[in-house]
Amino acid sequence: MQVSVGIDIGSTTAKVVVWQDGEVIFRKYERHRSQVRSKTLELIQEAKPFLVGKQFSVAVAGSAGLGMAKAADIPFVQEVFATSELVRRQFPDTDVVIELGGEDAKILFFDKNGTFEERMNGSCAGGTGAFIDQMATLLNVTPEELDRLSAHSEFIYSIASRCGVFAKTDIQPLLNQGAKKENIAASIFQAVVDQTITGLAQGRKIQGKVLFLGGPLYFFTGLRKRFVETLKLDEEHAIFPEFSLYAVAMGSAIYALDDGKTFDFEGLVQALESAADEEVTTLRMPPLFASQEEYDEFKARHAKATVGTVPIENYRGKAYLGIDCGSTTTKVVLIDENCGILYEYYSSNQGNPVHVVREQLMKIEELCGDRITLAGSAVTGYGEDLIRSAFEIDGGLVETVAHLKAAAHFNPNVDFVLDIGGQDIKCFKVHNGVIDNIVLNEACSSGCGSFVETFAKSMGYDVATFAQKGLFAKHPVDLGSRCTVFMNSSVKQAQKEGATLEDISAGLSISVTKNAVYKVIRASSPKDLGENIVVQGGTFLSDAILRSFELEMGRNVIRPSIAGLMGAYGAALYAKDKHLSHSNTLMGEGLKNFTHKSQTVTCKGCGNHCNLTVNIFDGGRRFISGNRCEKPTGVKVDENIPNMIRYKQEKIAQLHGVDGGLGKIGIPMGLNMYELIPFWHAFLTTLGFEVVISDPSSRALYRKGQSTIPSDTVCYPAKLMHGHIINLLEKGVKRIFYPCMPYNLDEKEGDNHYNCPVVAYYPELLEANMDVLKDVEFYNGYFGLHRPKDFEKKAYEYFKDKFRFSQQLISRATKAAYGAYEVWMEDIRSKGDMYIRHARDYGQRIIVMAGRPYHIDPEINHGIDKLLSSFGLVLLTEDAVAHLATPKKQKVHVLNQWTYHSRLYNAARYVTTQPDMELIQTVSFGCGIDAITTDEVRLILEEGGKLYTQLKIDEINNLGAVRIRIRSLLAAIEEKQEQAKRLAAAQKEG
Amino acid sequence: MAEIVRDKTGRVLFTKQMREEGYTILAPNMLPVHFKLFAKAFQQAGYNVVPLTSSGREIVNEGLHDVHNDTCYPALLVIGQLINALKSGKYDLNKVALMITQTGGGCRASNYIHLLRKALKKTGFEDIPVISLNLSGMEKNPGFSLTLPLVKQLIYSIVYGDLLMMLANQTRPYENNPGDSDAAVDRWADKLVKEYQDSKNVTYKKVQENIEKILCDFDQIPITPDPDKIKVGIVGEIFVKYAPLGNNNLEAFLQSEGVEVVVPGLMDFVIFKVDNRKVDPDLYGGGFLKHSIASWFEDYLIGWERDLHAAIARHPRYHAGMTFDQIKELVKGYVGYGNKMGEGWLLTAEMLELIHTGTPNIVCTQPFGCLPNHVAGKGMIRLIKENNPTANIVAIDYDPGATAINQENRIKLMIANAKRMQKLSKQNDQPNK
Repeated sequence: MQVSVGIDIGSTTAKVVVWQDGEVIFRKYERHRSQVRSKTLELIQEAKPFLVGKQFSVAVAGSAGLGMAKAADIPFVQEVFATSELVRRQFPDTDVVIELGGEDAKILFFDKNGTFEERMNGSCAGGTGAFIDQMATLLNVTPEELDRLSAHSEFIYSIASRCGVFAKTDIQPLLNQGAKKENIAASIFQAVVDQTITGLAQGRKIQGKVLFLGGPLYFFTGLRKRFVETLKLDEEHAIFPEFSLYAVAMGSAIYALDDGKTFDFEGLVQALESAADEEVTTLRMPPLFASQEEYDEFKARHAKATVGTVPIENYRGKAYLGIDCGSTTTKVVLIDENCGILYEYYSSNQGNPVHVVREQLMKIEELCGDRITLAGSAVTGYGEDLIRSAFEIDGGLVETVAHLKAAAHFNPNVDFVLDIGGQDIKCFKVHNGVIDNIVLNEACSSGCGSFVETFAKSMGYDVATFAQKGLFAKHPVDLGSRCTVFMNSSVKQAQKEGATLEDISAGLSISVTKNAVYKVIRASSPKDLGENIVVQGGTFLSDAILRSFELEMGRNVIRPSIAGLMGAYGAALYAKDKHLSHSNTLMGEGLKNFTHKSQTVTCKGCGNHCNLTVNIFDGGRRFISGNRCEKPTGVKVDENIPNMIRYKQEKIAQLHGVDGGLGKIGIPMGLNMYELIPFWHAFLTTLGFEVVISDPSSRALYRKGQSTIPSDTVCYPAKLMHGHIINLLEKGVKRIFYPCMPYNLDEKEGDNHYNCPVVAYYPELLEANMDVLKDVEFYNGYFGLHRPKDFEKKAYEYFKDKFRFSQQLISRATKAAYGAYEVWMEDIRSKGDMYIRHARDYGQRIIVMAGRPYHIDPEINHGIDKLLSSFGLVLLTEDAVAHLATPKKQKVHVLNQWTYHSRLYNAARYVTTQPDMELIQTVSFGCGIDAITTDEVRLILEEGGKLYTQLKIDEINNLGAVRIRIRSLLAAIEEKQEQAKRLAAAQKEG
Repeated sequence: MAEIVRDKTGRVLFTKQMREEGYTILAPNMLPVHFKLFAKAFQQAGYNVVPLTSSGREIVNEGLHDVHNDTCYPALLVIGQLINALKSGKYDLNKVALMITQTGGGCRASNYIHLLRKALKKTGFEDIPVISLNLSGMEKNPGFSLTLPLVKQLIYSIVYGDLLMMLANQTRPYENNPGDSDAAVDRWADKLVKEYQDSKNVTYKKVQENIEKILCDFDQIPITPDPDKIKVGIVGEIFVKYAPLGNNNLEAFLQSEGVEVVVPGLMDFVIFKVDNRKVDPDLYGGGFLKHSIASWFEDYLIGWERDLHAAIARHPRYHAGMTFDQIKELVKGYVGYGNKMGEGWLLTAEMLELIHTGTPNIVCTQPFGCLPNHVAGKGMIRLIKENNPTANIVAIDYDPGATAINQENRIKLMIANAKRMQKLSKQNDQPNK
């Protein structure tokens, strides 16, 4: 009789298995709530009847078990390895194991010769149990309900699966647009599946007999279904064993048979009991408040910032309603003629803001009775459009403006506003009452506010109580500031090391603050901010966060008592300023009979194929969301408004191959090809090839190549190249040309003329990772266009062996190529001039969208150009104006050595000289080099008195955040102009 | 303090006066032994260079505070460490300068010096001169020049450093008296420093003698060989590959896991960077002069490598890796020689070198989101494994927010795999016997 014990301590649960003669005779799992050692002891005690009086060997597995194993001197086995032990021994015919845990996701591929290859998720960890839990909280359901909901889905949305923060950014707006929870639930599971296939499998096909293990796959039917459907597995090949949860524990029991340490029951208990707790490795920080006195002083100081409230029961007269339908919360404020608050409401929108607002309207109506007449209403926030059309609200405004209105009302001298809401962080500088610098967070800072709330809930507290606990924490834990996913993982580590709830609470507050300060505001000293700083947003209701912000910046700030209601308050002020005679807001019978249904359809209006959510209200009112342009809503769009991106797309679409006798050659249309296509097209056509260009990018095209992407953190434009290769092969080409190009053309605008490393060498990565390329001729040699004479020579050598082109032919092709490129670029520049004239003739504002040539790809920019057009803006790209800047070589504070970047600097400089031009910089997520350019471009613009707007683009295809930025920019410009007019008028009078 | 002089772009220069006044020149640290010798070489040439040895979370925090957080981790660390040192109060701020390398390649690392200056401005140290250490003639300073004797001394330091690092790594896991190898390294580092100080001109012959002596000295360390010991190689982005500050003390962690650590030396990287200057003219034309200078310099360096390998070959207890030419040959079919940004093709080549020299278990380190390593690192692992079924490579990202526990867990898996493969191959061998 051979007995062994396997202990598996995961990030959330502990499992113990007793193994005897090839069978499990005892097994149990429980959540350990970071009490690793005591929970393990409990489980071992329960197994006592099976162990007492026997000699048995023990091994520990699981990331959280490492410390305990060391302290108790029990052999540790890495969990993936443990799983492989189990599979090899018990299920030798398995080809692939997919195991999802609380924080880890793994795939194991078994080869016939007994070896295996494993993949674990990287540091950006989507697709795990923690991710599903987070998403469930977002939908305000339990994970079990999420699973049940998913069973009734009709439609799958595409949700960025890279990480929880990204997914949240995609899901939140869906919720606010009224998308069905059922569909979102299934989409969340699909996101997990996609993440597993791309992020983990990385090119290796998941086929054969697949064993699914781990908690999430055991508990969620919906997730299993998505896996089976996506991988196209039948029952025989998709195995969901009942011991799924215990696989690692069983594996370590098997491992223990040979390599474990032998104990008897008492010995094991003793070893665990006497094991010291894990040593503390996380760093600690000074406390937020050293004493009660400090806190009292702080409280007293902030108590001064209040707004008058007026008892609604006694008030007679006009009232104005402001609604802030935010990403996670809904805020309602009703004010009187003197801007005093009659009624306020702040609550989570529970995944259904329409429902919340309706209830509030009914309540307000009841409170108002006959005494109070509603004389105006306005709504702001993510749900602005939805709420506005649902309840016929009188006005809508972008949230930045709403926040400023409220802050300015509060303190007319305000010069800096920082708002940390549930999802977004916004900050803006104010100059003479006008916003002159807006910064909004990007994906990695998203959701900081709601993260604290989610975390508090998971610990069994409401957010206020939880934050309060941190105020006097002695040693706050340093949890880093990168993003909430990383913070979450640091929290787990701190818990394992026995950090107190208080220290974690304080640590979280500090981390959220640091994220805002380092990643969003990017200010290093208080003087960068201003004299009168107003902080607001629901997150700042927490004293701990307020305090850590003050400590971090070394300056006292003002937090209005209604910090969480500022958006709604600003909206109410706006409604009041409209001076309407009466409000049209849906009330009375209309409100009572209000109904709301939503359905999802795919728009066929253009290549973007937007997923539209059609909201249908009673009386046939409809509201469509999810669209990028106005086409599906029936509003006529001005097709004549100049759009350089559309122009360039059309120009590329007009390129066709000519049969020149040598057969077809494919070019993948992405990255630097967006600029060099005229060059290579002319070159290869002259040589006699029929050039075939891959189709425009789309999500479907991306998915085709998704499984061969080796690096999950590379930029989306690069990832798309895999799909383009597949697309070319589907077109039947037998040759593909995609050269490596470390150097770009030298435009003499910088110190050097490099491409970025990804653009430069991606062809080599494709060759090494896409097996399908073995079946075709793939030409990915090195070419330098910066030396035309040498190019000719080198090109001759390159093609010599294969095609025997004459030197004359190469020479002709070279001339044709450089000529075509010059003509192409010149055309773009002259088209740019034309667009500028057009704009000026019609009094339209010009936006220069400055990024990379490949940002014109509709799948990369997600149709931002159409959105800009819908605002009546004339759109240019950086390459159409960069040449207009003087001097040609800009003085910048960084090494100016990438051709595309030099253009950015030049375009920015030029824009500062044109009163009717603004610049928006597009940045691909993961572009390390743009960490350098963005600061420079911003500096150039700000020095020139322009606003800097940055749009970070990735897989996330939701334009909600983009829309806010653009609207904020436009509102700020408008205010600035108004102010200039007022100033001029005042001067005239004076 | 010396007068602050700026060039016409506004850059603060390191002046002759500063040199004469013995300004402390703070520099980042990457490889403790190498940098100790570098510092001495600089000091002998009249530059009071001090490589920083500080560590701790404050450095990361300082970096997060001063540098764009999306910039790569080494920039954050190096800049954080330098500014942290300025703030420490240990150095007279009126008599201190900074030194940082600048490669001038297409990777964002070429911008470290500019990011450092931005950070200095942000933290109020904008008058402190920053010296760019490069071989491309970028950013000249009147008070600083790389003379031929200094360059030679630096090259000797690389030879010594690589040798000592290699010997210690090959001895430490087997030594009978724990600590013998490290003691030998320290002894030799001190001895060499003293030698630098005492002799005006270290000769070729002297270095050759020393190499032999070092080898003999290590030969004396009593060891118990263990053919079953797992070997794990470290490759990656140069800073996180070498610097304990960058890789959460990776070498120490691997040692605590009971494996022999194999770290390719610095010389190959230097030769690689010189070699790149030959490749450019080859691929794109022109640069005849550039080509021949690079060629000459490369031959000189390769000569040193050859001598070192020859010396090691006389001591059967130790085994040198492959020569530069050999590993350059290995990488054919993976990436081209034009792949030169960052570690470029050398990174792929070093993985192959390790596999071909009995170390198929590899940690491939990179800063989170490292651009060149998308291709030359992570991008090549699949193909390497396909062609070399025994390859057992784990890619680890380093970042201010990444937790050590996640990194270590993945490395542990790689080691567990290595052990199993070893067991398997033994089982397979047995029936044959």
